[in-house]
Amino acid sequence: MSRADLTTAVADGVPGAPRRALWTFGILRSELTTTLRRGRTLVLLGVLAAVPVLVGVAVRIETGDGSSAGPDGPHGPAFLAQVAGNGLFLVFAALSATLPVFLPMAVGVVAGDSVAGEAGGGTLRYLLVAPAGRARLLLAKYAAVLAFCLVATLVVAVSALAVGALLFPVGEVTTISGTRIGLGEGLLRAGLIAVAVAVSLTGFAALGLFVSTLTNSGIAAMAATVGVLITVQILDTMPQLDAIHPYLFPHYWLSFADLLRDPLYWDGIVSDLGLQAVYVAVFGSAAWARFTAKDITA
Amino acid sequence: MRDTAARAVAAEPARRPERGPVIETRGLTKRYRGGQVAVDGLDLGVPDGSVFGFLGPNGSGKTTTIRMLLGLIDPTAGSVRVLGRPMPAAARAVLPHVGALIEGPAAYGFLSGRDNLLRYDRADPSADPRTRGARVDDALDRVGLAAAAGKKARAYSLGMKQRLGLAAALLRPRRLLVLDEPTNGLDPQGMREIRALVRELAAEGTTVFLSSHLLDEIEQVCTHAAVMARGRLLVQGPVADLAARARGRLAVTTPDPEHAVRILEEHGLTGLLADGDRVSADAPPGDVEPADLSAALVHGGVRVRSFGVERASLEDAFLALTGEGFDVAG
Ligand SMILES: Nc1ncnc2c1ncn2[C@@H]1O[C@H](COP(=O)(O)OP(=O)(O)OP(=O)(O)O)[C@@H](O)[C@H]1O
Ligand SMILES: [Mg+2]
Repeated sequence: MSRADLTTAVADGVPGAPRRALWTFGILRSELTTTLRRGRTLVLLGVLAAVPVLVGVAVRIETGDGSSAGPDGPHGPAFLAQVAGNGLFLVFAALSATLPVFLPMAVGVVAGDSVAGEAGGGTLRYLLVAPAGRARLLLAKYAAVLAFCLVATLVVAVSALAVGALLFPVGEVTTISGTRIGLGEGLLRAGLIAVAVAVSLTGFAALGLFVSTLTNSGIAAMAATVGVLITVQILDTMPQLDAIHPYLFPHYWLSFADLLRDPLYWDGIVSDLGLQAVYVAVFGSAAWARFTAKDITA
Repeated sequence: MRDTAARAVAAEPARRPERGPVIETRGLTKRYRGGQVAVDGLDLGVPDGSVFGFLGPNGSGKTTTIRMLLGLIDPTAGSVRVLGRPMPAAARAVLPHVGALIEGPAAYGFLSGRDNLLRYDRADPSADPRTRGARVDDALDRVGLAAAAGKKARAYSLGMKQRLGLAAALLRPRRLLVLDEPTNGLDPQGMREIRALVRELAAEGTTVFLSSHLLDEIEQVCTHAAVMARGRLLVQGPVADLAARARGRLAVTTPDPEHAVRILEEHGLTGLLADGDRVSADAPPGDVEPADLSAALVHGGVRVRSFGVERASLEDAFLALTGEGFDVAG
């Protein structure tokens, strides 16, 4: 920019006349890249990518040379028994293994830190005087957390697919209903399941965002969010609390397995999506109400 | 930093006719949760084009005021107008014209200095993405950080972080700069550079509102000043007027101090102090000609080595106003 440009810009800088539309995607892109460039995010994704490798190698060692060993009993996570026979099942097994704790924990860390971490670091005040706009910034933050949900799920799925294809034969898929579908259709189902898993994390992500608006300490927000996750997971296993189970956000998480039925069985998925929508609405509004009215003193 | 002269000359046409105050507060009050009143009934007026020094001891409410000016916290009572528009209601329209450094710089340690500025600029929806790169480089250049632009911010020293914070405030041409202790952490050379930068920006027509603990800094760069203590505004106005309020000191150096004290007392001077061969007193009122006092001393047989009236500094004015000086108020 030349000196003259600067000068004119100073001269006709009149408040009330922003030069461009209020919404630009700059802040969204900035949120995404900033989130994904953090060392911590990369470590989380690395750990998630390692899970299928561990599971795959363990199964491979147990079944010797990788010949399709039959199901070895009713133990272990879902789909594990089928992995040796068809590497594609490693995708389902890895998602089943990471969905209860690892995946949401990673989401909880990113969501919990999203606002509180910036407040603690002091960067929040500079974003707000930029001015990012509180609602706009919160929305961009939530969008980035959602993107992380999808990326994290895909990292697990893709890592599992690669490891599965490397260590085991890959071919036609036997659905839970007992029918057989082709490999292409099986891959499609795997993709669908990955998306379903990512979407089922959205409610918890909104909860994490809300928690993040409550404190100026990123660590405290992350710990609280993950603490809520573990507590709710425990409550979900207590038969005495049967009555509240349908309202707990992880309750329908494992219903993604229904996408491996033939024909597709949607009831569980629909219940899950409905529940997540309620959580997003409730905690999204709470986060908005809190953040737009909050004194930024850090 | 670049050559000041060329910039100042080029910027001269940017001078505008006088407008209303750039910052105007009415009865501005902030009571934090927990009951502490940090700012109490503040009526502040910052004239357009001024370099306004905001002075006060630690905990007197400077940063709290600045947070309210920028819409980061809501006042408990009273109102704020910045660039003629109410804050925080008009934040979206006002803040693009305001650059700010609030309670020290803050940066993303895992991003380079340049990427930090890009992120702050992207946060502003009214900033032009096409000129973004050029503006960021220009800002880095202005604060003398161009060479370290690619370094991760976590590897910056305090002074470098401070410069980065200033660069963020300069990402766009601003009508108002709000700088909370801008020279904090800078070396003497850095302080001088920042002062030069402030003068340069003021010459371009930017109003600068800066808080500081360093009185001589305020005296050197500011045209106007306000003094806060315990959340209340003690005084505001042009720096020259403020300094004039505190009377200077008359100082005499002589081998006959007792004798000199007696004669000065006879002439009605107050606040007499003798310290070795130095005698000082409150400066005489305007209608007393210092030369007459000097003659009286000599006439009375006092051998005078030196005689003079020392001008009051802003520090004297400050001490006179706050009484207790620079102590933190509970
Ligand atoms: N977030 C907060 N919650 C409660 N009280 C606060 C908060 N921030 C500041 N205070 C109190 O408000 C008063 C004014 O603080 P402020 O930070 O505005 O002072 P300051 O003039 O900027 O001081 P300094 O020169 O040290 O920066 C102090 O008494 C402080 O204890
Ligand atoms: Mg302060």
